[in-house]
Amino acid sequence: MLIVNSPVVETIQIHENIFIQKILSPEIAHNSNPGQFLNIRVSETANPLLRRPFSICDVEGDNIFIMFNVMGEGTKILACKQPGSSVDILGPLGNGFNLDDDFEIAVIVAGGLGSAPFPYLTRKIGKSKKIISFVGGRSKNDLITYSMMNFLTSTDDGSEGFKGNVVKLLEENRDKLDKEKIKIFGCGPNAMLKSLKDFSIKYDYNCEISTESAMACGFGICQGCPIESTQNPDKYLLVCKDGPVFNVKDVNL
Amino acid sequence: MSDIDLSVNIGKFKLRNPIMLASGTVGYGNEISEFSDLNKLGAIVTKSLSLKPRKGNPPQRIVETPSGMLNAIGLANVGVDIFLKEKIPFLKKYDVPLVCNIAASTVEEYVECTRILDSEETIKAFEINVSCPNVKDGGLQFGNDIKAVGLVISKVRAVTNKPLIIKLSPNVSYISEFAQVVKNEGGDAVSAINTLVGTAFNIITKKPKLYNVNGGLSGPAIKPVALAKVLEISRKVDIPIIGIGGIMNWKDVIEFMIAGASAIQIGTLNFIDPTAPERMIKELEDYCVSNQLNKISDLTASYLI
Repeated sequence: MLIVNSPVVETIQIHENIFIQKILSPEIAHNSNPGQFLNIRVSETANPLLRRPFSICDVEGDNIFIMFNVMGEGTKILACKQPGSSVDILGPLGNGFNLDDDFEIAVIVAGGLGSAPFPYLTRKIGKSKKIISFVGGRSKNDLITYSMMNFLTSTDDGSEGFKGNVVKLLEENRDKLDKEKIKIFGCGPNAMLKSLKDFSIKYDYNCEISTESAMACGFGICQGCPIESTQNPDKYLLVCKDGPVFNVKDVNL
Repeated sequence: MSDIDLSVNIGKFKLRNPIMLASGTVGYGNEISEFSDLNKLGAIVTKSLSLKPRKGNPPQRIVETPSGMLNAIGLANVGVDIFLKEKIPFLKKYDVPLVCNIAASTVEEYVECTRILDSEETIKAFEINVSCPNVKDGGLQFGNDIKAVGLVISKVRAVTNKPLIIKLSPNVSYISEFAQVVKNEGGDAVSAINTLVGTAFNIITKKPKLYNVNGGLSGPAIKPVALAKVLEISRKVDIPIIGIGGIMNWKDVIEFMIAGASAIQIGTLNFIDPTAPERMIKELEDYCVSNQLNKISDLTASYLI
């Protein structure tokens, strides 16, 4: 866990409103795992005041990548950063995906901007295991397949791929999903994660999800990002410190 | 090293410098210790402790607002027993004065918490939270009721000889009346201010952004309010004041001291730059040097009005 000022290398627009930013940050790059996140301060002014959490989208050598859509003032400033200008990064934060489990096929399930952590996961898994990705979005303009391998797509409006949500698409392809061999990695809107949880429990799949929450600090002191635990109903888990990746069985969504 | 004296006294409570870390923004010290040498700080104040563990409010607990943030954590904390068993051993390793912040729903609970914690020698002072806006059964209802505040102080005073600081609510007409009660009932100091009550709505769903509806506003947005409250107390009541509210840099620290604060607490900034408080100590020293000030405590209430 470090605080570093790192220079932007380049910012690429991959969709109408979606950007990938490459940042030179060896300290973070060499200490990160897929599923961990960064809490980034885009300016020293009081607006925006707080850092914003971003998934580590990818790591390549000394560079890290983040993916974001321009939602408010902070992401607007970020998108306009010129190469060489710096971003203030706190990270790497939280617990990433566990790749030490016994599985042969990684099944990635991403909804919308939930694709963000998977380029790095895909890279880390490399050729050691087979990967099947399921990518969903509201319409074809919301499908983010950047750096994804071997993917099927779904859209709510049927403008591309399977018509319906991404978990339905997953269910349609269940003949490919031998539960002895696969592990599911999910990230996306809460409604998607809920149905992924139901699906995984119904068919007894090993499934980890990356969750998100509003938060201030990102390292456990503000207590701003509670998530309900299934093990201990008297105490919340924190998305930032106990997560953001959880086994679906451990959290109530 | 210069000969500048950065030490300050909050009544009988002596600190090596005026930089304290505010309750609810440092947990129980362990996370922040990764960024900052706790031994350099004036003091740290724990997350509010209650007699029993509190789960806190469901999400959403935090919303950013212009130059500030709303929080409605709901006093999530481990409770005094687990604090003593599991959190104190870590804090014992440091030579930084530890202030325990106590929150409760009843007068009896305030007294019981203080009584239990009083025998722990690592704890150097208590800060009584009579002003949390985010719980239904306590906190602000005490903070708004001058008789209840007086009763809490007199009862807690009876069970501890350690310095007793009362954290005051800004959500009252005249904060100095509360400070006067603190003095009358034997409190040693006041900390001012706790957060301001605020809310925010989602304009599409028309629902409040916070689960708790209301939250406490903190950050630079509240600094002018906090300064005015500190000044009001300073002009009306002879009691040491710990200034809190939107401090973002060393200049803000100086400003609070001029307005009447003997020491200050840094809160929201810890979430953004946990390395900042330690850095400010050196910056305060530099200010003293360039302004021919031998003792930083001479700044307290040095306003020219």
